[in-house]
Amino acid sequence: MKYTSQMVAKPYFIFALVLLAGEILFGLLMAIQYLFGDFLFPLIPFNVLRMVHTNLLIVLILFGFMGASYYLIPEESERELWSPKLAIITFWVFAAAGVATILGYLFVPYAELTELTFNNLLPTMGREFLEQPLPTKLGIVLVVVSYIVNVTMTVILGRKTVVTTVLLTGLFFMAAFFLIAFYIPENLILDKFLWWFTVHLWVEATWELILGAILAFVLIKVTGVDREHIDKWLYLIIAMTMISGILGTGHHFFYIGAPEYWLWIGSIASAAEPLPFFLMILFAFSMAKDRKIQHDNEMALTWAKGTAVMAFLGAGVWGFMHTLAPVNMFTHGTQLTAAHGHLSFYGAYIMIIFTIVSYAMPILRGRPHGNSKKAQALELKSFWMMNIGMLGLTLSLTTAGIMQILDQRVGTDLVNFMDSQASIAGVYTVRAAFGLLVFAGLITYFASFFVKEEQEQLA
Amino acid sequence: MTERITKSMAKNIYYGGGMFALLLFFGLTFDTVKQIPERSNEVAMSHSVVAGKALWEKNNCVGCHTLLGEGAYFAPELGNVFQRRGASDESAFKAYMLGWMASQPLAIPDRRKMPQFNLTEKEVNEMSDFLIWTSKVDTNEWPPTIEG
Repeated sequence: MKYTSQMVAKPYFIFALVLLAGEILFGLLMAIQYLFGDFLFPLIPFNVLRMVHTNLLIVLILFGFMGASYYLIPEESERELWSPKLAIITFWVFAAAGVATILGYLFVPYAELTELTFNNLLPTMGREFLEQPLPTKLGIVLVVVSYIVNVTMTVILGRKTVVTTVLLTGLFFMAAFFLIAFYIPENLILDKFLWWFTVHLWVEATWELILGAILAFVLIKVTGVDREHIDKWLYLIIAMTMISGILGTGHHFFYIGAPEYWLWIGSIASAAEPLPFFLMILFAFSMAKDRKIQHDNEMALTWAKGTAVMAFLGAGVWGFMHTLAPVNMFTHGTQLTAAHGHLSFYGAYIMIIFTIVSYAMPILRGRPHGNSKKAQALELKSFWMMNIGMLGLTLSLTTAGIMQILDQRVGTDLVNFMDSQASIAGVYTVRAAFGLLVFAGLITYFASFFVKEEQEQLA
Repeated sequence: MTERITKSMAKNIYYGGGMFALLLFFGLTFDTVKQIPERSNEVAMSHSVVAGKALWEKNNCVGCHTLLGEGAYFAPELGNVFQRRGASDESAFKAYMLGWMASQPLAIPDRRKMPQFNLTEKEVNEMSDFLIWTSKVDTNEWPPTIEG
């Protein structure tokens, strides 16, 4: 560790991983409720389980991004963080707000929660992924603004690099697009249209900038490849991201009441969305091939390569599967969307967090050469368990989606939603089993943190 | 491939391409916002429809159902429930909705359960009005069948 203030990243990483365990746990509970409708009902209805599942995901990714920034910004800027104290304060504020919100979801009926949290003053609740009560949303703004100020000040006062510029661009746009969360139009169609400005432009534009910056940083560190070379790749990747991703928002506008021209624009632009992810694979693997140093932390590079591959599969391949308007006519709003959502969030954002944690955590724990061989072997096992689990889960959901489409939307002998779902139960059982494998993989990953250091490394 | 591209070329593609995409996107957004009132038949958006939408949000209906294909996939699509369960007849649909909402949760073992939301008769009617209005939005012919 070059700068002591990088230490503030540690609680962010740990908390992100704890939230990930919770996120997967609630996913498993949902998988069971898919099969047994009485499970946990009426104690925790499905919508509450789902809210906890998706909100934990979003918050854990934000914690991961913050941890990553606090770790890499001082090193890139070649100076201490502007205010480590502020970073610690915002950690506790964010953690407390997050926990309070989840408890609110679990113990207060949602309609009552809207009343308790002044939703009538400024209605913001009840939209997918943006379910948070008003005080939580304001808290998120406060935390994100202080985070951005902290990072920006550090960058301004220190060395400027492409990595920090790209990261900051991502952060500023992310904050700007979140403001849409405070406005719910009375017209459902305008509401749906604008809602994507937060949701799509986070996931398929601003977050990808942040992802690119973190990936570039780790690759610089573990491969020792010349920075100029890596910068060029980073620019190319994010150029493709911006060109395809921004207009690619159009693939959400096909069938929600927006004009016809989105059928063309959305299809064409988003057909190019796999490109940046394909470049990312070329990037990670060619940097690994041309590496100038043999870093002892082999797992960091493994995760980096894994991120590129899994993000390409989840966001690129599974996105392309249903992004053309004529195909989307049949796939829109089915389990196929869920399949794509699961693999892309995991492949791009959960894996980049594993990448930076695997690189930075050993250093933060006083192991500059990475964890011991034994710990890394266990970590590699967890890598495969989680990846195979997520692929199996995604293939199950894809199968479920195709069955659902054939039942409800193709031919003349149509089956209604509930009967179709009942006939898919076997596939949902397989999905649950793969979910369990992912969870077991995460537990194995946690266990790798507690493998005792070998003697020669301590010496 | 990448040997021929220099860092400054890549940088220019990023800023130029990004700006172009952003400007085009905002231009089209402006046009879409202008077209939405007509495509959604905003003149028919009564107080009851608006109140129904607020109830939809307040009870987090999107946490289980899809509406015009967006939401959760645990329960049926409701964008065309007016046609499916009400046969496009307003009074039949409203009567159906009152009965349906009152009978939740259904006592069928291990069927997926819809909670009892304890809505008043007026509120259920507002919800119906909202769903009726939604079913008439121009969605480029989606969904492909009545089963949603």
